[in-house]
Amino acid sequence: MDLKELIPQKLKANFPLVDFEVSDYKGELTIKFDKKNIVEICKFLKQDTDLQFLICSDITAVDWATRKNRFTVVYNIFSLKHNFRLRLKADVDESDCSIDSVTSVWRAANFQERETYDMYGIKFNNHPDLRRMYMPEEFEYYPLRKDFPLMGIPGSLPLPKK
Amino acid sequence: MNQLDDEIHPKILEALLQSRNDYTIEDALENEMILNMGPQHPATHGVLRLLLRLDGERIIGCVPELGYLHRGYEKMAENMSYYEYIPHTDRLDYISPMANNVAWVLAVEKLAGIEAPKRAQYIRMMIAELARIASHLVAIGAFAMDVGALTVFLWTLREREKILDIWDILCGARFTNSYTRIGGVANDAQPEALAKAKWFIDQFEPYLAEVEQLLNTNRIFIERVDGVGAISKEDAIDLGFCGPNLRACGVEFDLRRNAPYLCYSELDFKIPTYTEGDCLARYFLRLDECRESAKIVMQVLDKIPQGPVNADIPKKVLPQKDEVYTKMEELIHDFMIVNFGINPPVGEIYHAIEGSKGELGFYLVSKGDGKPWKCKIRSPSFNNIQALPKLVIGQMISDVVAIIGSIDPIMGEADK
Repeated sequence: MDLKELIPQKLKANFPLVDFEVSDYKGELTIKFDKKNIVEICKFLKQDTDLQFLICSDITAVDWATRKNRFTVVYNIFSLKHNFRLRLKADVDESDCSIDSVTSVWRAANFQERETYDMYGIKFNNHPDLRRMYMPEEFEYYPLRKDFPLMGIPGSLPLPKK
Repeated sequence: MNQLDDEIHPKILEALLQSRNDYTIEDALENEMILNMGPQHPATHGVLRLLLRLDGERIIGCVPELGYLHRGYEKMAENMSYYEYIPHTDRLDYISPMANNVAWVLAVEKLAGIEAPKRAQYIRMMIAELARIASHLVAIGAFAMDVGALTVFLWTLREREKILDIWDILCGARFTNSYTRIGGVANDAQPEALAKAKWFIDQFEPYLAEVEQLLNTNRIFIERVDGVGAISKEDAIDLGFCGPNLRACGVEFDLRRNAPYLCYSELDFKIPTYTEGDCLARYFLRLDECRESAKIVMQVLDKIPQGPVNADIPKKVLPQKDEVYTKMEELIHDFMIVNFGINPPVGEIYHAIEGSKGELGFYLVSKGDGKPWKCKIRSPSFNNIQALPKLVIGQMISDVVAIIGSIDPIMGEADK
């Protein structure tokens, strides 16, 4: 069976209580669901013997600025067995700006989640080492949010002491 | 320790002291030492900073600190058109800018639904493979130099210089090329450039054999890298290793084969793999990949078809300059594309190529206007550095230099 049908079917059979929003654009399958299920679904996708999504290529977020659920966390995973790329999405609202960490599923998620936290301020619960990736620890803003100006905020990065 | 507390941010120190290590020594020294390596250190290949927790000379904890070269390229991408961003991709992996150009235009073409003509695709394959050779030559040379074999660096850089000469003919620039365009390439490959590429590949193999001979018979080199920084297949996949480093662990994962793009499915090439997963395997693998890439370039030069190098989609692909100056329609299109962008339809795509360091991907979200709403760079070096603590824990401090050299991180793309 085609993986594009098999994956949603399997997910629906194993998680009957979760709403899945499946879309296919330019040959890329995207599955969107509620953020509270993220860890168990990722664990299932990785451990299922038919699917084996062993590689976590990338984790990032999108800031929609004006939408009700302001952020979408995007997971980009790859199955070595089928050479198939899958995108998972979960909405995160600004009022509760957190999502569970998937570092327990893929250790590669560690840096990627830290980067997302650094750039968007989304907290990853149960992350072993949630620090800023690029910006200094004292930095108060999240640079990739749409309300952060391109030129930066004057004075937000203090010069080093002489 | 107390003095260090002032200099290292308490959160980083906490991460270092809590870093899990499954390595214990029976007769541990009473004092542990924290050593700060980098960002200004010649062996860290740029501005990578490592905090090492040492027991004597043995490493029991490691925390990489990134961000010293963070220029905010993802933020900048959201504020400029797709064409404007091409020169910025040069500055990501500055050792192989051509491969980055190819990755970016392929992602944008997928988003906008453009297909480049066959000749342009062959030219792109040629430059991507030559970029891989150039990048691996630097990687091998710098790696050997880090562990004390200085001569090799001079030899490999001499070979790389010839590739830079090819790029000089192709596009007039040696380092920051910006040669590809959305829907094609900036200009057709000149016969001199193709002839020079053929000449380079013809004379390349004996030189590479010399480099190999110089290192493989160097007992100091072999003993410093053999068995050092080994990682298992499972750990490598789980920790996000990619590219040559992953293949050196025995995983046959290469996007040219696993998710073919351009015309790679028409070519005949092997994916070299090693099973040891140590520094020596990573060095051997890069040598093998140079040979495979040379084979690919040879095939490309044989098969390269004649024809146009830019897609005929006037609303999305920039016209040639001489036409802009002489024809009204082209002038209008040029004006519209330069000022308002190419406006790809609303949607999101991810496209990755097998760059010289591994999977180089771009995740683009378009809202239908001239600028990307979101651009995420999936850089291979960033993910390779993540496995560094796993590799160095348990090794001696002098091995750190060898391990960093062998995984070949480029901070320009790791820090974005």
